[in-house]
Amino acid sequence: MSDFFDAGIILAAWPMLWRGLLTTLALSALVVPLGLAAGFGLALLSTSRSRAVRWGVIGWTDLFRAFPPLVLLILLYGGLPFAGLELGGVACMAIAFFLNTGSYYSEVIRAGMESVPPGQSEAARSLGLGTWQTLRTIVLPQALRRVLPDLVSNTLEVVKLTSLASVVAVPELLYQARQAQSLTYNPSPIFAAAVLYAVALWPFVKILRRLEQRAAPSR
Amino acid sequence: MNIRGSWDRFADAFLNGRVLAKYWPDILAGLGVTIELAVLIVITGIAAGLALALLRCLGWRGLNWVIVQVVDLFRALPPLVILVLIYFGLPRAPSGFVSTWISLALVLAAFAEEIFWAGIVSVPKGQWEAARSTGLRLGQTLRLVVLPQALRVTIPPLTNRAIAITKGTALGSVVAVSEVLGAASSAMSNSYNASPLLLGAGAYLVLFVPVVVLGRFVERRLGPTAKPNHV
Amino acid sequence: MTTTTRVAPLIDARGLHKHFGPLHVLKGVDLMVAPRELVVVIGPSGSGKSTLLRCLNLLETPDSGSVVVDGIDLMDPRTDINLARQRIGMVFQSFNLYPTMSALGNVTLALRHVAGKSAAEADVLGMAALARVGLADRAGHRPHQLSGGQQQRVAIARAVALEPRAMLFDEPTSSLDPELVGSVLAVMRELRADGMTMVVVSHEMGFARAAADRVVFMEDGAIVEQGPPDAIFGDATHSRTRAFVGQIRA
Repeated sequence: MSDFFDAGIILAAWPMLWRGLLTTLALSALVVPLGLAAGFGLALLSTSRSRAVRWGVIGWTDLFRAFPPLVLLILLYGGLPFAGLELGGVACMAIAFFLNTGSYYSEVIRAGMESVPPGQSEAARSLGLGTWQTLRTIVLPQALRRVLPDLVSNTLEVVKLTSLASVVAVPELLYQARQAQSLTYNPSPIFAAAVLYAVALWPFVKILRRLEQRAAPSR
Repeated sequence: MNIRGSWDRFADAFLNGRVLAKYWPDILAGLGVTIELAVLIVITGIAAGLALALLRCLGWRGLNWVIVQVVDLFRALPPLVILVLIYFGLPRAPSGFVSTWISLALVLAAFAEEIFWAGIVSVPKGQWEAARSTGLRLGQTLRLVVLPQALRVTIPPLTNRAIAITKGTALGSVVAVSEVLGAASSAMSNSYNASPLLLGAGAYLVLFVPVVVLGRFVERRLGPTAKPNHV
Repeated sequence: MTTTTRVAPLIDARGLHKHFGPLHVLKGVDLMVAPRELVVVIGPSGSGKSTLLRCLNLLETPDSGSVVVDGIDLMDPRTDINLARQRIGMVFQSFNLYPTMSALGNVTLALRHVAGKSAAEADVLGMAALARVGLADRAGHRPHQLSGGQQQRVAIARAVALEPRAMLFDEPTSSLDPELVGSVLAVMRELRADGMTMVVVSHEMGFARAAADRVVFMEDGAIVEQGPPDAIFGDATHSRTRAFVGQIRA
């Protein structure tokens, strides 16, 4: 068991782990906005008057929600080179997350928009606000407030999913931990990385718990 | 380069009949492993989550505190980190298959516990009191009165969470499990051709598109009713 | 009216104290109820009357004091509270019927799982209990298909089916539309006529006056005054009782 937590090895691996943690944060700062942007775009499209567009959005989101993100990532990273297109790990992460997490965000945002009573937008329209103004000033703020717990939960999942980047050689936390492990023949760096993930993300879980409790119907 | 030529090149790399003919049985076998893993994860994860939620009903403060912390830990850790920790970290590492099963079942158990607990808490206190006042024991009250009502609000989020986590079986490829992605990846590197990977991706769609659509249906049927709001 | 003290009481609660956090809700309450007696507990909201009632089957555990029902000491840790609760029926303000079951299912659940009857036996007894509250023809209905008054009568049948020695009613008519109150009170009168021992927390002064053997007035966690309805409603000893009764009537 002392194998599991060898302080000397963790100390030696610390610079690698620290760089990995920073890369994980940077990666999150890249893929979360990308996913949110895709999600907003899809959610807005799903309010279209055109049935074809609405069904198209449903088909798109269901397609990319059905793909395990890792499969999408490997398809881009391992498959595209055969078509003569070689993208780096970070670029593949960006595309995969735009497609995959964008679909999840879109479902959350759409559910929020549907939960805003139609009377709200009707009232705004009757005051002479345009479609876009109504959406931006009336519907979206209420929608986002209603689905805040789901948005936070989804974001937490996205940040956790950045660990997939280790499979495509992006030197984030898990990747660095596995490098350190293979250099030292000792699992302590992985254990240390798990602790770092837990320390970084635990507060978000606690915040989420608060939000979920507030959202739950009182009894 | 003409269009014809680039199509041929694309088809050769991604839709290569010869390669597909050789490797499709591997992918099919991988599909079997994926399904087996998914079923094991869903059954054990949900059972463990329900057991934890029921333990929480006993109302022992210390125990409840421990359950909440453990659940939060498994909600905070990325599944791949848990998997790598179990597979590479444990002194006597279980096989890749068992490691994948255990790690994803732990994650599902944590989420399922929260979902079941929220369902149980959503049942009005008066239901408990009415049942207890007729002499039903705690366990009987849970089983006969509370759970049937709790399950209704539990099923939509539980379905979605179970789908999301079973998709994580693809992580098994990282620890040498020959599930769909693992089988497709090794077929790809053996054949120097991406066709098996595309077939594997297709296999995931065949497996999960119906499940995702089912999840959508369940949510519409049982979830809070919402009307589309066209601006 | 002195009969209440001659016979050994069926419900014998003494020195009940109960705190909810900083609130002292019961401040040493004694309540004895004779067999076949109907006691109505009245008092302003927050006076502790519901808490008192809920202590009589240990839905609330008193901080101190003793509760003995039909010779069983409920506070004794060796007592199987679930067996004891079979003998004490309870009816709630908000009915609390199980929404997933039919009216008959509501009535038979405890018959099968507590009293150990077979499904067939439980159905026979359950139908008899529903007939007693005049709802045999609604046996297959779900709670949401019944009116409030019907739901409360099913709730009474659910308690009566276990053949309890005593029944507790916690504001049984307070969440009913006025026109539905009568049907529930009628069922309660019939129970009384059949000799059921009852403790009723209620604001129905008409019922208390007409049906009660004894009226207990509670305020601020203590019993202020008790006696036959004529005395309480006619010329109460305490000014607080008179004030409360006058208010209700106004």
